[in-house]
Amino acid sequence: MLYSEKVMDHFTNPRNVGVIEDADGVGEVGNAKCGDIMKIYLKIENDVITDVKFNTFGCGSAIASSSMATEMIKGKPIAEALELTNKAVAEALDGLPAHKLHCSVLAEEAVKSAIDDYYKRKVNA
Amino acid sequence: MIYCDNAATTKMSRAAIDAMLPYFDTIYANPSSLHSAGQVAHEGLSEARETVADILGADFKEIYFTSGGSEADNQAILSAAAIGERKGKKHIISSAIEHHAVLHTLDRLRDRGFNITLLDAHEDGIVRIDELEKAIRPDTALVTVMYANNEIGTIQPIREIGCICREKGVIFHTDAVQAVGHIDVDVDRDNIDMLSLSAHKFHGPKGAGVLYAKKGIPLTNLIEGGAQERGKRAGTENLPAIAGMAAALKEAAENLDKNIPKITRMRDKLIEHLLEIPHTVLNGDIKNRLPGNINVCFEGIEGESLLLLLSRAGICASSGSACTSGALDPSHVLLAIGRPHEIAHGSLRLSLSEANTMDEVEIMATEISKVVEYLRGMSPVWRDLMEGKRSYVIQ
Ligand SMILES: Cc1ncc(COP(=O)(O)O)c(C=O)c1O
Ligand SMILES: [Zn+2]
Repeated sequence: MLYSEKVMDHFTNPRNVGVIEDADGVGEVGNAKCGDIMKIYLKIENDVITDVKFNTFGCGSAIASSSMATEMIKGKPIAEALELTNKAVAEALDGLPAHKLHCSVLAEEAVKSAIDDYYKRKVNA
Repeated sequence: MIYCDNAATTKMSRAAIDAMLPYFDTIYANPSSLHSAGQVAHEGLSEARETVADILGADFKEIYFTSGGSEADNQAILSAAAIGERKGKKHIISSAIEHHAVLHTLDRLRDRGFNITLLDAHEDGIVRIDELEKAIRPDTALVTVMYANNEIGTIQPIREIGCICREKGVIFHTDAVQAVGHIDVDVDRDNIDMLSLSAHKFHGPKGAGVLYAKKGIPLTNLIEGGAQERGKRAGTENLPAIAGMAAALKEAAENLDKNIPKITRMRDKLIEHLLEIPHTVLNGDIKNRLPGNINVCFEGIEGESLLLLLSRAGICASSGSACTSGALDPSHVLLAIGRPHEIAHGSLRLSLSEANTMDEVEIMATEISKVVEYLRGMSPVWRDLMEGKRSYVIQ
């Protein structure tokens, strides 16, 4: 099998799929040309991520990484979420095939981009 | 399980297995040995060669057994290049949608100073005769165009291409790996000088193939050694596989008239169902198409996740998405027929055999439609399309 059991679990039963209409921060990374797009929505209260949802266009690895990343940051303070690395996501999934690692990078980038968006909105508010 | 990936490989037929077994068991001698046991093996080898030659419309002296389609493609192209090089001809014409066994061999020749022209496959996946005619130059050493495409199933105008090559005195090779055993192929009628085929695509064993080379075309060895295959392909023959290949081909040829309409009906039904899914497009011409090939792109989703979910539903299919191969770009064939990257990523290939049934077609149509809807439901691209933030590529 190409993927670990953990990857297949998160791919076939992804956690936190969906959108948050009144999100406090939204991040989208990747592009359809290269084959993976990840969009993450955050709800933030007192610097804690109280809710998170994602939408992903991509391979099994991209969808599983999105699912795992949202689980890892849900209920966590922003500062902790910012420390999320693609390495940690891949490890939590019991590893990804080498040529699929780039798909998990998007998860880390999407989280950072959504938090970035949250701060930008705060400054502008 | 519903197996619908017959362009990747096929299940061995009972006839092929039965033809192979004696060569594992009792007929184990080397066909090059002079003793009686060796001669029995040699007879088996000759019989297989006659069978293949008969079906292709060739002479048995024009049949060279190889390790498969890739080796046959390599040897055909490198041989024609060597012939050309001796006459100072270093131009080769091929098409943009060839298999990598052809394209990568041409890359090697390019490094050796050859000039390569790749014919456009247009949006329908078919090369144009007038464009081939214009591309032929005084220094053209070879035209190599596949009989039928492995991804989108389009059948090229091989007879006409062969005719022009004869007129102009250019060697014509065709990679017929996806065609032989599936549609009628005749090297004489089709004006073919060299042809490659592979046993595992028509219910024969993996690791066996044929290079047909017309009398008078000197081959260049890829493998040096003993005098097997008229000195052109060294190595003790893979007799079990060769016997299995001949039996499989014989069976395929005998059932062609029965299987083509049966498989075509299933193909057309499945295409009809899949095109009912909104924003879906068929890849490749519908008329000039292999009986078993279906290839579509669904807008807004990615192929690997589609395949994994179909596999969980018990359906074995294939995709031209980059993520299925580990490559960064999606299928060169889909890009060559003008599909943009983001659309090519969402491709699905189904390849039927006579073992599939109409019931399976209905099950596949239902499951595929469910999976596409599910994946679109979590796709940010699809959401943008629905909300009008991005415009549909497939109407
Ligand atoms: C068109 C075409 N050419 C060549 C090959 C290679 O054949 P083989 O696997 O026997 O080397 C294939 C098989 O994938 C094919 O589809
Ligand atoms: Zn990917």
